[in-house]
Amino acid sequence: MSDVDRGRRQILAWGAAMAGVTLAPGVTLFDLAHGRPPSEPASPKVRWGMLVDVNRCASDCDACVVACDKENGLPGEKTPTSAQWIRKVELKDMRGQTKSLPMMCQHCADPPCVDVCPTGASFKRADGIVLVDRHTCIGCRYCMMACPYKARSFVHEPVTGQRPDVPRGKGCVESCTLCVHRIDRDQIPACVEACAATGHKALLFGNLNDPASEIAQRVASYRTTAIRADLRLDPGVRYQGL
Amino acid sequence: MGRGGVTGTGMRQRAALLALLVAFAGTAIADAPAGARSSRVPRPDVAAGAGGKCVEDTAFMRRNHMALLKHQRDRTVHDGIRTTRHSLANCVTCHVDAKTGRVTGSKDAFCEGCHTYAGVKLDCFECHADRPAAALAVDAGTPGAKP
Repeated sequence: MSDVDRGRRQILAWGAAMAGVTLAPGVTLFDLAHGRPPSEPASPKVRWGMLVDVNRCASDCDACVVACDKENGLPGEKTPTSAQWIRKVELKDMRGQTKSLPMMCQHCADPPCVDVCPTGASFKRADGIVLVDRHTCIGCRYCMMACPYKARSFVHEPVTGQRPDVPRGKGCVESCTLCVHRIDRDQIPACVEACAATGHKALLFGNLNDPASEIAQRVASYRTTAIRADLRLDPGVRYQGL
Repeated sequence: MGRGGVTGTGMRQRAALLALLVAFAGTAIADAPAGARSSRVPRPDVAAGAGGKCVEDTAFMRRNHMALLKHQRDRTVHDGIRTTRHSLANCVTCHVDAKTGRVTGSKDAFCEGCHTYAGVKLDCFECHADRPAAALAVDAGTPGAKP
């Protein structure tokens, strides 16, 4: 963790401590997001989100993709059928200007993948993370068709050497989990960490419901874009400078 | 009937009992090299792993480990509750085979050995790691690579 991150965390902690002050017995400004003990369920008062600063994202950098593959045990070598949880996209506008940005599950507040899932395997966790319960997934891929962001992948081949934190196998659909196993340990997603390590700092992760958090303040003070805002899915991943 | 008659019957009974005992002992000795255990039913010879005490009573775990795991998996996936007491990762950490570093892959491995013996399909490890996180770091295999 860099000094900037440490400082940022300290500020977050102070903000959280201030906002966590009890107004009346049992009434606080908001629930403390950080430091949730392992025995406590995810809180619906938290909404995890990510802000992508497109102007800071370098077109020749794929540190977030590499970090995601490593963290989640995805094959680094991409074939046409291999799983892809995050990818870099190059956009070109009418004037010929190009922009580069990472694209992944947008963790919608009203996710279409959850609407269409026939078994209830596709679900949204209380803190806004959209996940697949592989125990219930039958691999029908309706969610892949419903997702406007093409964020989901189907696992076609048998998988070996999974990471203990990220079980995955053939016959299920999967997508970005916002590194839910890391969030539950009070860590930030691997892509955000890797992006900060390169010095670009294009990715910012935090609690959108916490007015003291940096992400909520930036979303409130800058113009940010939700991709395919016309669908009104209220994604948790926002883009700045698009 | 006199006393002598009673004693005669008792002696005959005792002799018969002795003969039976000898016969049983003979069978047991004859069976010993084949079974190498007191029971004549073959048992799976699985490595118990790290030893020490399991999270619950052994007899309870034999019958109910699947219920505990199923309950825990739903709590973890849907609610984000990550207590380790009944988690599969915790099972694997303790019960890993000292030689192979895995809980599957051979008839001596803790999970696969018993499941093969009982004839119950074990599909946890089609998705879940069959070795602890520490062992995975040592293993040079590429994550997600085909075998």
